Parts: sequence; structure tokens; C-alpha cells
Amino acid sequence: MGRITLEKVTKSFGDVNVIPPLDLDINDGEFVVFVGPSGCGKSTLLRLIAGLEDVSSGRIVIDGDDATMVPPAKRRLAMVFQSYALYPHMTVRKNIAFPLRMAKMDQAEIDKRVNGAASVLNLTDYLDRRPGQLSGGQRQRVAIGRAIVREPAAFLFDEPLSNLDAALRVGMRLEISELHKRLTTTMIYVTHDQVEAMTMADKIVVLRAGNIEQVGSPLELYQAPRNTFVAGFIGSPKMNLVAGAEARKHEAETIGIRPEHIDLSDTDGLWKGRIGVSEHLGSDTFFHITSDISSEPLTVRATGELSYEYGAEVYLSPRLEHLHRFDAQGLRIA
Amino acid sequence: MATQHSRSAARLMMAPAVILLLGWMLVPLTMTLWFSFRNYFPLRPDREPGWAGFDNYVRFFSSSAFWPSVQTTLVIVGGVLLITIVLGILLAILLDQPMWGQGAVRILVIAPFFVMPTVSALVWKNMFMDPVNGLFAHLWRFFGAEPVVWLSDASLGSIIMIVSWQWLPFATLILLTAIQSLDGEQLEAAEMDGAPVHKRFVYIVLPHLARAITIVVLIQTIFLLSIFAEIFVTTGGAFGTRTLTYLIFQRVLESQNVGLGSAGGVYAIILANIVAIFLMRIVGKNLDA
Ligand SMILES: Nc1ncnc2c1ncn2[C@@H]1O[C@H](COP(=O)(O)OP(=O)(O)OP(=O)(O)O)[C@@H](O)[C@H]1O
Ligand SMILES: [Mg+2]
Repeated sequence: MGRITLEKVTKSFGDVNVIPPLDLDINDGEFVVFVGPSGCGKSTLLRLIAGLEDVSSGRIVIDGDDATMVPPAKRRLAMVFQSYALYPHMTVRKNIAFPLRMAKMDQAEIDKRVNGAASVLNLTDYLDRRPGQLSGGQRQRVAIGRAIVREPAAFLFDEPLSNLDAALRVGMRLEISELHKRLTTTMIYVTHDQVEAMTMADKIVVLRAGNIEQVGSPLELYQAPRNTFVAGFIGSPKMNLVAGAEARKHEAETIGIRPEHIDLSDTDGLWKGRIGVSEHLGSDTFFHITSDISSEPLTVRATGELSYEYGAEVYLSPRLEHLHRFDAQGLRIA
Repeated sequence: MATQHSRSAARLMMAPAVILLLGWMLVPLTMTLWFSFRNYFPLRPDREPGWAGFDNYVRFFSSSAFWPSVQTTLVIVGGVLLITIVLGILLAILLDQPMWGQGAVRILVIAPFFVMPTVSALVWKNMFMDPVNGLFAHLWRFFGAEPVVWLSDASLGSIIMIVSWQWLPFATLILLTAIQSLDGEQLEAAEMDGAPVHKRFVYIVLPHLARAITIVVLIQTIFLLSIFAEIFVTTGGAFGTRTLTYLIFQRVLESQNVGLGSAGGVYAIILANIVAIFLMRIVGKNLDA
């Protein structure tokens, strides 16, 4: 079981209020991702749940029990740190066994669990090495191994892949998703990587300055962002946001249209623009197009074959059924 | 870019330093060895200098004071190491806590290191340990106890205390820098793994400090084997506080024979090497890796 509920949780460091009152429900077995810009309080929130920081006010409930004052060791949560935080003087085996030894488990059971975790994580050949003799990806797996042997109620990950190179990151991302499918244990995962958030999450929590801007499945957030912040934050490349006269034509203060929902044409269309930089990714091409309707260039996603000269004139046709409209407060108009 | 040319140039440029250091070490060592096989009385014109063979070694070794002095030396070194390391770790942990006036407190803790051994021993002898007017005597009387005559009744302990006081700052400083380099997330991870404070200390902090402790042990041992001023100004070698160094000093003084002292010096070198070998066996493995 791993159901975690935050009720009106706040956190201040001295005078600085990092988390204003915040409510959040995390269901058993869910994979929840916290995303948000740097400094928005993602790590702080995770550490509050872990018990490494004390809440300033509010309640944290784990599986129906008030855990607000419970010390970290008793919350049955396991955390994987960004720096891995492995114990450098212990072998991989001892590292993974550490929480079990602290729990005074008997040696046979410890061995069984450590070997089990090692085989799941492909660490069997490295059990007698020290962390200093491992690659970044292997260290990451040791950190995960140390977390899974405890069979915790929930896993907490704080940007676990940010120290890895791009290829390894893709691999580990799949491994963690795989692990979640297999263990079906609640996981809370902090990242600022778009792709990690979209691909791994059952539920994404978008944070800004400690406030929850929106909670929902990746597709919900993508298809119906609640406000302009979420609209601009989720999706890569970013949604085009246009304010002013053009927006008012659609009875909104700001309109948003995703790059893949604009069609290009040489002859006719709703808006007229001039091609700026083109980014050819092979599968897709991103055109950055300057136009009269907005001071910011618009981004358009087209097939990989399409190509235009720099400075060529084109016509853009947004697919109006995919247009997002926002009011003066930046909130979505249904 | 270590080409043949630049390598020989590097050797050439390092040569003065190497020659200076070698000379610094080898000249006194050779002279000590040379004198240890001779009788040499610079202050007694009536005695002729000459070859002594192994006489000096035999005389020094067969003196009844020899083995007790070795024992005293080892007790003092061991005692001071134990006290400075245990208290040093505690102080370092304490000083690592965020507190008001941290900078000032740290400087105060370092202060004893800047006091000359002679001065600090005199201060201890007269201000703290004096059986009539010392602070300890007053303290003992305040609680209705009989003041301890420190330097004669607990002479060895007193000297260990004085020397520990001098070396505690050094140990604290090195251990403090080591503690500060400990990754806080490791402690947090251990906390989440269910390790209470004392287990975090044993499993995380202490192994992290192993290398710093080794360095403190090695450096302090080198200096503690040759302490002299503290004994000279307090007990003068009486009451079982005669170390090997002090014995050499006394033997030269009474016999006026520099040769005899040199033989004692060679024994001291041998003792230092035996201690070094043991230390390297015990703690030296912490230095690699
Ligand atoms: N111990 C602390 N004392 C004071 N302020 C802190 C402390 N820890 C964090 N903060 C502040 O709280 C805010 C949130 O920090 P937090 O580490 O949670 O951000 P984050 O969302 O994890 O950012 P990032 O993506 O860069 O890791 C920041 O403005 C930070 O300066
Ligand atoms: Mg963070």
C-alpha cells in the first residue's frame, strides 16, 4: 500500500515561503511526476513527504495514518537521490543490504533479497565492487537496488537521471517504468525533463512557485492545459501563445496552438509569415516563422521532407478545433 | 608533453630541492651515526676523544632506565593520540553544527596550537596543577576533597593532559575539514534507510573520517615521540616521566659524552621506525584507495 495525501501542507525557510498551502492526493500504485521550473519547490515537496524536512503546517497522511511527525525511517518510503548518495566505503552488496541490516533482518533473508535485486538490476557481476569503481548508470542502479530491497510503500526519486548521458537516460527511463509495472508500488518522481514526465507518468503535477498549477494525466495536460503556464510548460517544442488583436478575434485574451496543429501552404492560409530558422530533425522539421500577429516567432512542426528557403513567404492555417483559448487571468476558456 | 628534453630539464630544476632535502636529512643522520661510535667530550678537555666501538650502544642499552623510558614514551604517545582523536572527533562534530559566532569559536579552539610548548606547560604547571594555588586545587577544595599533587602523584597523566591540550586543536582542525566534506545526502540516505544517529556515526561518519584520522595519527606520532619541553619544565623527568628523548638528554648531561647521546639517538630512530611500521600496518591502508 502506498497512498499519500497532503493536506494544506506549507513550508517556509525563515521568512521565505516556499510551499503555500498545498493539497495533493497520490493513489496506491500511481506513478506521479512533479515537474516545474527550477526552484519551484519540487525537491522541497519530495523531502517533506520523505520526512527529511519538517512541514511548517498541514498534515501528511500515509495509508490513512498521520505521518506528519513520524521520522523518515518509519515512513516506509525509499528515496533515490540525484547524487545517488551511495556509501563509498561499502561494496555494492553492503550498500544494497544496508537498510536490511539496519532493520536487523536475518542474514539469509538479506542475501536472498540482495541477490534478487541484483539480478533484476543486472548488478550481479558488480556486487563486490565499490561505488567508485562503477559507471554512472551502474551507480544509479545500485541506488535503486538499495531502495527496492526494503519493499517500501512508495519510492521517491529526485531527478535520478539528470547526471546521466542522453543514451543512458533513455535506457534507465525504460528500466524504471518497467520496474514500476512489475512492482506496482507508488512512485513519486521529480524531473524537469519533458519527455520523462510525459512518458513515465500516470499523473503529472505541474508546480510553479510551490503552487500546483494542474494535476492530471499526461494527455489531459497536453490536450487541455488549465492555464497559459501549463500550456507553455508541457509539450516540446512549446505551444505558440498569441495575445492581442488576433486572440480577440477568437473571443479570448490569449490563444494557444501547438506547433503540430498548424499547416503550411505556399498559396493561402489564415496567417501570413516569413520563414526564419528551420530545424531539420530528420523525422520532423521545426520552422520558426515571424508574422504580424505576434511579436514572438511561431513554431510550426512539419514532416521531415518539407523544406523552405530562409526568408520565404508562407501561409499558416491553424486547425481551429485544436485552438486553446485563455482569458485575461490566463485561465482556460472551455 | 613529457618529451625526453623536458623531462631532463625538470630533473635539473628539481635537483637543488632534492639535494637540499637529502643533505638536510643525511648530514645530521651520518654525523649521529659517526659520533655514536666515538667517545667525544667537547666540554671536558681532560678526556681524549677516540673510538668506542659498540661501547656507547651497550652502555645506553644496559642502563636500567632504558626500557622504562621506552615504555613511558609509548604510553605518552598512545595516551595523547587516544585523547586527541576521541575529543577531536567530538569537537569537530560540535563545531560543524551551525551556531552563532561560529567563526570566533573556531579560532578560539585553534588557539592552543599557537602557544609554545614551554609556555603552555608552565601555564598548566603553575595555574592549574599547583597543589596550593592552582585552579584544580581550588576546585578540589571547593568540593571538600584533598587537592591532588598532580605532577608527582599523577605525573604521567598530567603530562599526557598537557600535551593533549596542545595537540587537540590540530586534530580537531583536520577532522573538522574532513567532516565538512561529508556529503549530507549520504547521511540523509542512511537516515531513510533506518539508521539511528549512533549507527550513522559508526557506518557513515567514521569510515569517512578514516583517512583524516590516519593522517592525524601519523603526524602526531612523529612529533610526540620527541616531546621534551613539556617534561623539562614540569617534572624534569622525575616520577616516571622520563621518555627516551629525555633519557638521552640526561645521559649526555651527566656523562658529557656526545657519543653516548648519539647512540641513544640511534635507538630513538629505531624505535620511531618500529612504531611507524606498526602504524602503517594498522592504519596505513586507509591512505590508498
Ligand atoms: N534549506 C533551505 N533554506 C532556504 N531556502 C531553501 C532551502 N532549500 C530550498 N530553498 C529554496 O526553496 C526553493 C525551492 O527549492 P527546491 O530545491 O525545492 O527547488 P526545485 O524545484 O527542486 O529546483 P531544481 O529543479 O533546481 O532542483 C528555492 O527557491 C530555494 O532557494
Ligand atoms: Mg531539486
